[in-house]
Amino acid sequence: MSWRVQVDPEVCIGSGICAGTAPEQFELVAGKARSRRETIGPDDRVLDAAQSCPVEAISVRDLAAGTDLAP
Amino acid sequence: MTETLPARTYPFSDPDGLRLDPLYAQLRAQPLARVRMPYGEEAWLATRYEDVRLILGDARFSRAAGVGRDEPRTRPHLQQEGMLSMDPPEHSRLRRLVAKAFTARRVEELRPRTRQIADGLLDTMAAAGPPADLVEHFATPLPVNVICELLGVPFADRHRFQVWSEAIISTTSLSIEQIQQYMDNLHGYIADLIAQRRVETDNPRDDLLTAMVRARDENEDRLTEHELVSLAAGLLAAGHETTVTQIPNMVYVLLTNPAAWERLRADPSLVPAAVEELMRFIPLGVAAAFARYATEDVEVGGVTVRAGEPVLGSVASANRDERVFDHPDELDFARDSNPHIGFGHGAHHCLGAQLARMELQVALAAIVGRFPDLRLAVDEAQLPWKRGMLVRGLLALPVAWGP
Repeated sequence: MSWRVQVDPEVCIGSGICAGTAPEQFELVAGKARSRRETIGPDDRVLDAAQSCPVEAISVRDLAAGTDLAP
Repeated sequence: MTETLPARTYPFSDPDGLRLDPLYAQLRAQPLARVRMPYGEEAWLATRYEDVRLILGDARFSRAAGVGRDEPRTRPHLQQEGMLSMDPPEHSRLRRLVAKAFTARRVEELRPRTRQIADGLLDTMAAAGPPADLVEHFATPLPVNVICELLGVPFADRHRFQVWSEAIISTTSLSIEQIQQYMDNLHGYIADLIAQRRVETDNPRDDLLTAMVRARDENEDRLTEHELVSLAAGLLAAGHETTVTQIPNMVYVLLTNPAAWERLRADPSLVPAAVEELMRFIPLGVAAAFARYATEDVEVGGVTVRAGEPVLGSVASANRDERVFDHPDELDFARDSNPHIGFGHGAHHCLGAQLARMELQVALAAIVGRFPDLRLAVDEAQLPWKRGMLVRGLLALPVAWGP
C-alpha cells in the first residue's frame, strides 16, 4: 500500500469526473469528491482520475519514493 | 412493461429563443418518461436533477455501449467516434492527455491575454460606432482567437475552419454530405498542421498541438494517429462553437433583464456568480442528447431501467429543478449554492469548462464595463435564432450604445 490519495474539498468543484473515471476509489458526497481509501496500491485508473481533475484537487503521493504523482 | 408506455415526441417543441418547454416542469413531478426522437430508438428521459446526475455520473451507465446501436438523436447521422463514445479506462487514456492544458491553473495564465483581445475587439466596435453585431464583432472572434493560441492553430485561417466547425453542432442545418465533407476538411487541415510540427524538431512550439504530437510520437500506444487528428479537430471545433454561442445568449438575457444588467454594472465583482447563474438558467442545448446506456438494471426516477436501455438526461430541466434551486425560473446572482450541471457531470464533464468560464467572465466584464448603457438595436422579436443545430443561439445580436 504505497500511494496516498486525497481530495482537497476546498478546491473540488464536484464535476464528478473522478467518480466517473475511478468509482472504486472516488465517490461524491454532498456534491464533493472523497477518496474512499487514503492508502492504496499503485493504480493507473486512480492516476487517470487525478490527472483529469479540472481543478487539480486530487493529490497522489508515492509514499515509498517520496514523490508526488499528481497533480 | 416498457413497451406499453406511450412515447412522447421529443424534442417536445421547436426551440423558441431561450424558453424551456413547460412540459419539463410537469415531467419532473412524474417518474421517468418515454420519448422518441426524430432518429433512433425510443428512450427514457430523465428530467430531475438527481436522476440526470445519476445517469451522467454513475458507472452503470455507458456511452460505449451505444456504439453500434441506433442511438436516439436529433440528427440523421451517427457520430460514434471520439471521447464521448468511450467509457473509462479507454476514455481516460485520451482525456488524461489533454486535461492538463485545461485546468483552472493553466487557464488563469490565459486571462490577461484574453482580456486584451476582448478590449481590442470592443475598441474596434466603439470606433466604428453603433449599431454593431455582437456575434460577428465580438462573440465569434474572442473564443476563436483564444482556442487558436492555446492549440497553436493560425487565427488567420479562421474563415476556413469556422465554416467546417459547424459540422460538429449541426443537426439539420447542413446535409449529411456537407457534414462529412466539412469533417474531412477539418481533419485534413489539422493533419497538415501536425505534419508541420513534426518537421520543426529544432524549434518546437509551446502549444497544445505540439504537446499532443509529442505524446503520440514518444509512445505510439498512447494515441493512434487517427485519434490525434480527431481529438485536435474536436478541440478546435467544440472549443469555440459553444462559447461563441453562449456569449450572445448571456448578453441577450442581461439586455432583456434590465435589473440584472444594472446589478452587474453597479458591482462587477458579481460577474463570476452571474456567469454561473446564466450557465444554470440558459438552456444551451436544444434537447437532451448523447444517451447513456444502462449496463445493468438500475432504479432511476421511480422506474427500473433495464440493462441495454438508453436514457437521455435533460441538463436544462435539471438546472431548473425546484428540489435543488429556489425560484428556479428566476435569475438570481446571489444564490448561496449553485450546483448547476451546465457543463455536464461525470467522466464526460466538459473538458473546456474552466476555459469557457474564464472567457465568459472576461467577455461579460469587458462588455458591461465598456458599454454600460448597451441596448438592443432592434426589437427583441426581430432577433434571428439558429435553427438545425444542437445548441440554441443567435445568428446575430445587433446592439447600440450612447445617445
